[in-house]
Amino acid sequence: MTESSAVLARPPLPDDGDLDLLLLIRHFELALLDLFGQGRIDGTTHTCLGQEYVPVSLRPLLGETDYVFSNHRGHGHYLARFEDPAGLLAEIMGREGAVCRGVGGSQHIFRDRYMSTGVQGESLPVATGVALHLKNTSPGSLACVYIGDGTWGEGAVYEALNIASLWRLPLLVVVEHNGIAQSTPTARQMAGTVRGRAEAFGARHYRVDTSDVTLIREELAPLVSEVRLENRPLVVEFATQRLGPHSKGDDTRPREVVRDAEAHDWYRRLAQADPRRFARADEAQRARVAALVEEVCARPQSRWDPCA
Amino acid sequence: MRVAENLNAALHGVLEAHPTTYVIGEDILDPYGGAFKITKGLSSRFPGRVLGTPISEAGITGLAAGLALCGDAAIVEIMFGDFVALAFDPIVNFAAKSGSMYGSRVPMRMVVRCPTGGGRGYGPTHSQSMQKHFIGVPGLSVYEMSPLHDNRAVVGAMLASGEPSVFFEDKVLYTRTMFDVLEPFRYDMVAAGNAGVGVARVFLDDPEAADCVIVAPGGMVERATRAMRALLLEHEVTCCLYVPSRLYPFDIFDDADSPASPGSSLSASPGVQGSGAARLRAGLRAARAVLVVEEGTEGGTWGSEVAHRIHRLMWRELRRPVVQISSADSVIPAATHLESRVLVQESAIYDAVLEALRD
Ligand SMILES: Cc1ncc(C[n+]2csc(CCOP(=O)(O)OP(=O)(O)O)c2C)c(N)n1
Repeated sequence: MTESSAVLARPPLPDDGDLDLLLLIRHFELALLDLFGQGRIDGTTHTCLGQEYVPVSLRPLLGETDYVFSNHRGHGHYLARFEDPAGLLAEIMGREGAVCRGVGGSQHIFRDRYMSTGVQGESLPVATGVALHLKNTSPGSLACVYIGDGTWGEGAVYEALNIASLWRLPLLVVVEHNGIAQSTPTARQMAGTVRGRAEAFGARHYRVDTSDVTLIREELAPLVSEVRLENRPLVVEFATQRLGPHSKGDDTRPREVVRDAEAHDWYRRLAQADPRRFARADEAQRARVAALVEEVCARPQSRWDPCA
Repeated sequence: MRVAENLNAALHGVLEAHPTTYVIGEDILDPYGGAFKITKGLSSRFPGRVLGTPISEAGITGLAAGLALCGDAAIVEIMFGDFVALAFDPIVNFAAKSGSMYGSRVPMRMVVRCPTGGGRGYGPTHSQSMQKHFIGVPGLSVYEMSPLHDNRAVVGAMLASGEPSVFFEDKVLYTRTMFDVLEPFRYDMVAAGNAGVGVARVFLDDPEAADCVIVAPGGMVERATRAMRALLLEHEVTCCLYVPSRLYPFDIFDDADSPASPGSSLSASPGVQGSGAARLRAGLRAARAVLVVEEGTEGGTWGSEVAHRIHRLMWRELRRPVVQISSADSVIPAATHLESRVLVQESAIYDAVLEALRD
């Protein structure tokens, strides 16, 4: 829709903090793919390349008392909340200082009021329970759940939306609609629309078509306050794109589809908007991540006792 | 031939032979061909009967049951076996019960395939062995893939049974070679039980005179045979490994055998040496120790069921109680150095055999 309007408008760069965070996440993810490529990490990972701006734009809209439920593609969500790349990398690599001792790995992280899981859709009902608790104990706080478009296939999503609406719970569902689920384009797995589904339950729906974090915040701030003040569930749908493979080396999309996603990459847009400032920030974050990778790789293995 | 190719061939085979068969699952269409590539080539050859679905494990398993209800055959792929938890209701409360709860038998030709197990660093929700949760459900069979059982025969037997089956496939096996056992061992097939496929035995020379019998499903063959080789070379201990294809109902030691399905090669005709079950029991009787090994975490497991059945059948004839080896009672960590401390390793089998033979 208005994807191109954001490109055409060429807004100035976001402020330094946001730009740095965007680039930190980008370089973190690129470094991960690199480490996997070199066989220095086992298991699997799902990078959020192309989607970094989603949690960055939500960062000031979410408070410390809010719960955040993340999913398999959660590195950006975590970094936007804690800016702790070392703890996350250590978790993924099973090194000392890992957020969850290396037990959870990339997809299963629990820290303060942040939790992720690798089972699609499972978080939504849990988030309604958390939202009920928050409503009763600290009004004004909310439970935020990140899901992808594909996760709308799970029945749990609907059971949760129904209850959240019926009981007026402060639930914020952030949908990262990147047009694909693993290898399945949205058109092959979703009848109707996210909007239609949200509205069917009386939940409010808002669609974000830009990657401009300042603009996104302006649009979302009043809606998110409504979730807090009126306990009305809100579904925010980000029209976004996945630049990389689903996990690693498993991208079977036609070249032109990937090229199209790349054309909408915030990275490219911001690099053009202010090449010099961007290049400086980009290089700084690249170097930061590179140093971090060396530092974390040199750490001893994480420790954990299965019986404890 | 690799195990993945053999399984892929089995799916091609049923789709080709039976035009009312469907294969259903997430991301199974070409060119992706499934998360583990087991369904490669199927959708190109059989469009309309190979269906890529939304992420809806409960929905697609129920849908498969609906096809089965109408007389079709349906094979569902659950991308990671852990997510079969989401399909528990359509399997246990619908498919398994529909065979009997309406007072007469309703055939249900359906198979739920579950890529299973750890060893790949995928973490707690992508590494489990869920077999134990499906043991003891009336009307439901549980099978496990093995590198010694031709998947074409196994898939055929599951569908031919007319009962729903859950098929557990150790992910690590996919890249291994079919019909191959570690030197210096060899294997044969014994027709025992009613599963429609035989029991594989891996042994050195005389399968009925080993020091130790190990009963283990397909996913444990590699670890068990490595332990067997170390025991042989380092301690001159001989073991015979029994690998059943169907884990539940577990009837390989019972007397009423049906002939194994056509296509399975038998080492000797049952008539010559007594029934298959009797031959397997003879091995148990001769052994100084019997072990049951599985990757599932300890507690309420398939291994407990097997140990119990062996005890009940031949308590007086055993030298000592059956030893059970399972993974630790724990979540399965993502980091590989932690994961290996939870999951059964070759060394756990080796140690347990020595310990059992000590007294
Ligand atoms: C219950 C469940 N089923 C299947 C999977 C395997 N899986 C992991 S991610 C994924 C695709 C998710 O797509 P979407 O929700 O659109 O998120 P995206 O990957 O595009 O970010 C699938 C099928 C899973 N993790 N959980």
